[in-house]
Amino acid sequence: MEYNLELVMPRYKIVRDKERCINCGACARQCANEAHVIYDDGTVHSIDENCVNCQRCVCLCPAHALHITKYPLEFCENANWTSEAIQEVYTQAKTGGVLLSGMGNPKPYPIYWDKMLLNASQVTNPSIDPLREPMETVTILGRKPDCVKMKNGAITSKLPPQIKLSMPIMFSAMSFGSISLNAQKSLAMAAKKMGTLFNTGEGGLHRDFYPYADCAVVQVASGRFGVHKQYLEAARMIEIKIGQGAKPGIGGHLPGGKVNEEVSATRMIPAGADAISPAPHHDIYSIEDLRQLIYSLKEVTEYKKPVAVKIAAVHNSAAIASGIARAGADVIVMDGYRGGTGAAPTRIRDNVGIPIELALAAVDSRLREEGIRHNVSLVVAGSIRNSADIVKAIALGADAVYIASSALMALGCHMCRTCNTGKCNWGIATQRPDLVKRLNPEVMHLRAANLLNAWNHEIKEILGGMGINAIESLRGNRLMLRGIGLTQKELDILGIKHAGE
Amino acid sequence: MLREGENGYRIPAGCAISAIINKRGERFSGEGIIASIKVMHERSNGLGGGFAAYGIYPEYKEHYAFHVFYEGDEARSRTEEFINQNYEVESCGKIPTRKVRSISGAPQIWRYFVRPKQYRMAAMEFTEDEYTARTVTHINSNFAGAYVFSSGKNMGAFKAVGYPEDVGEFYMLDEYKGFSWTAHGRFPTNTPGWWGGAHPFTLLDWSIVHNGEISSYDANRRYVEMFGYKCSLMTDTEVITYLFDLLVRKHNLPMETAAHVLAAPTWDVIESMDKDMRDYFTTLRTVYSGALVNGPFSIILGSSDGLLALNDRLKLRSLMGATAGDMVYFASEEAAIREICEPERVWSIGGGEPVIVKVEGGME
Repeated sequence: MEYNLELVMPRYKIVRDKERCINCGACARQCANEAHVIYDDGTVHSIDENCVNCQRCVCLCPAHALHITKYPLEFCENANWTSEAIQEVYTQAKTGGVLLSGMGNPKPYPIYWDKMLLNASQVTNPSIDPLREPMETVTILGRKPDCVKMKNGAITSKLPPQIKLSMPIMFSAMSFGSISLNAQKSLAMAAKKMGTLFNTGEGGLHRDFYPYADCAVVQVASGRFGVHKQYLEAARMIEIKIGQGAKPGIGGHLPGGKVNEEVSATRMIPAGADAISPAPHHDIYSIEDLRQLIYSLKEVTEYKKPVAVKIAAVHNSAAIASGIARAGADVIVMDGYRGGTGAAPTRIRDNVGIPIELALAAVDSRLREEGIRHNVSLVVAGSIRNSADIVKAIALGADAVYIASSALMALGCHMCRTCNTGKCNWGIATQRPDLVKRLNPEVMHLRAANLLNAWNHEIKEILGGMGINAIESLRGNRLMLRGIGLTQKELDILGIKHAGE
Repeated sequence: MLREGENGYRIPAGCAISAIINKRGERFSGEGIIASIKVMHERSNGLGGGFAAYGIYPEYKEHYAFHVFYEGDEARSRTEEFINQNYEVESCGKIPTRKVRSISGAPQIWRYFVRPKQYRMAAMEFTEDEYTARTVTHINSNFAGAYVFSSGKNMGAFKAVGYPEDVGEFYMLDEYKGFSWTAHGRFPTNTPGWWGGAHPFTLLDWSIVHNGEISSYDANRRYVEMFGYKCSLMTDTEVITYLFDLLVRKHNLPMETAAHVLAAPTWDVIESMDKDMRDYFTTLRTVYSGALVNGPFSIILGSSDGLLALNDRLKLRSLMGATAGDMVYFASEEAAIREICEPERVWSIGGGEPVIVKVEGGME
């Protein structure tokens, strides 16, 4: 019986206040992980090892009888062999498999956003009150020529397609499959309401979502799921996905269990079949191949849609981004190593890629050295947590940001990082109908919209303090940033001075 | 002493500006502009003053007039060797000055009337202007102790550390005659004490005087630097001059359009325009977002064609305009205009509304 020995201990302990618990069973009905059970005698009990700490039961318990704590597991103290490291060995010794995780890299790497401080006006130029003066966060994405040509006082240049966003924030790629139809619909509705875009990810655009297509970025990824002419023509922008910050160099795998009839129809694959996105695009083995795909997509949409190319932030991002700009992309998207995912091999997620802050600074600087930064738009993703991160990203050189983890939090996500199990109690990262219907898009899209609205307000407030009234005057304006606690090398890469300088 | 631009050193400053132009190109002495800027004494602090004048060298109107500061004989001999290699020097000598009690520590101040050596210019396939712009940049960034502060044709800048009225006296501007004059009095928040740091800033035919501190500086700097400019002084005036040079000289945009780029209307105003204007401004803001200048500024841009006066789009700095006969006046304060004329019309220049004064035929 040695074989059944369970070495992996629970991660969380469910604490039930018996004096408060009324044995209503709400927790048991809510928990798809079966961490709560109702005994035959009607009393409710908890099973710690099933808990993922998604907080659904805690939020919904009418008696406030529940809370979750870390499991009080004390291995012998060891700074090297942490309890997490030990538990992972136990898990792999038991399963023989690759460790999988959801959401972004949780390791304590430096967060450069938190090591940069912003400037404000004092005396020599006035700050601007955004409640009294116009404060512009309108952002235009697309390819720009070097100059405009004029004849007899009129502009004769014809510009490539441009996208006017009401604010420099978009919802990042999350496919139908990795998230539920209701979750994607909530984001689509919020994007439409707020004048920005959502992104279909590589899962295609569900037939019911074509009314939202004018605020959709549609992805063309290595699996080519759901890609057809109407899909491309309906979209506001097309995005070629080369890589993702959570798993650079790795493809995707949507297990057959999540491929129900709707997912199957949208992705154009058989129901129940695994959806495998290869690691590379099998028609892209170098930059000239990428150029062909960019122009194929432009041809098919008659040069009416901007084409973006998304890459993961890796060591030589600057050279890659320069190649992408020269290959004809209208928008370059970079996703940092903290970017989220529905599922990624844990070792890849936690060890591959570089911080988006450094990649952004390096790419913006390189494109400027080559005199082509103004020709393309630069969008960054990979853990933008609040409006201050956005302001810092734009000051480093971004045109706009993509947000995803925070957008899901607006829909109820509690960052338990078990999206890969498909048992999301919040109805977000699941295809189980009983869980999906918990998320009502009519209600929840307002929360996602609120988040955008709140951040846009905060951006305006910060801009006003700097004496700036248009977001483009912040873009690449690195004098507005100062480093705090950074080495000279880090400051050089970020292209900023230290606080006090 | 930390100079502006060294190690990215940037000095904010408040200022007074003033300008006079005769629309018919008739020339007049510098007394008026000195009297005008003197009224705004309180807006400067004695740490920088200067003038630009157009039409002052009719006898050398085909020659570039280099005005150069030298900190010593060695800097001068090295620079003169370089100038002699690249230019035919028609005439040269010290710029005449008067002794003025409040101005001290003057560098050597020399003037050269030159034309590019044709064979050198042809070898580089540059236009005369591009050739000259590059050689001036080369001197200023590579020859320590030498600084070319004026390099246009039939025009010149005159500047120093001191109050502007004393600077005018020092350079004997009452003895020059030009059809267009601009002046600047400076209130830097620091004491660099470097003559090259006084204003106007010039590039070829352009001269600019400016009051304000722009908040978009680094966005504008990094934008123009993509087009081959090098911002070495780290001043607003320098970057605004380069923006105009890029838009007007290199991209061939009309002056008014360049002003529309720098001080673009807000999106809600653009949305309310008729379709043609809406498309015009939308295209400009889309392509030239890096050239939008933000924060307070009032500028007067001089060239042989005339003057441009422009305020930031929120009108965060004072700037007045006035007319009297063939004369047009601009100044930070109305008093500086009324001191020297009986204006027929005086008005406050609107935020983001360029006022362009063209000179008939360019010069007398």
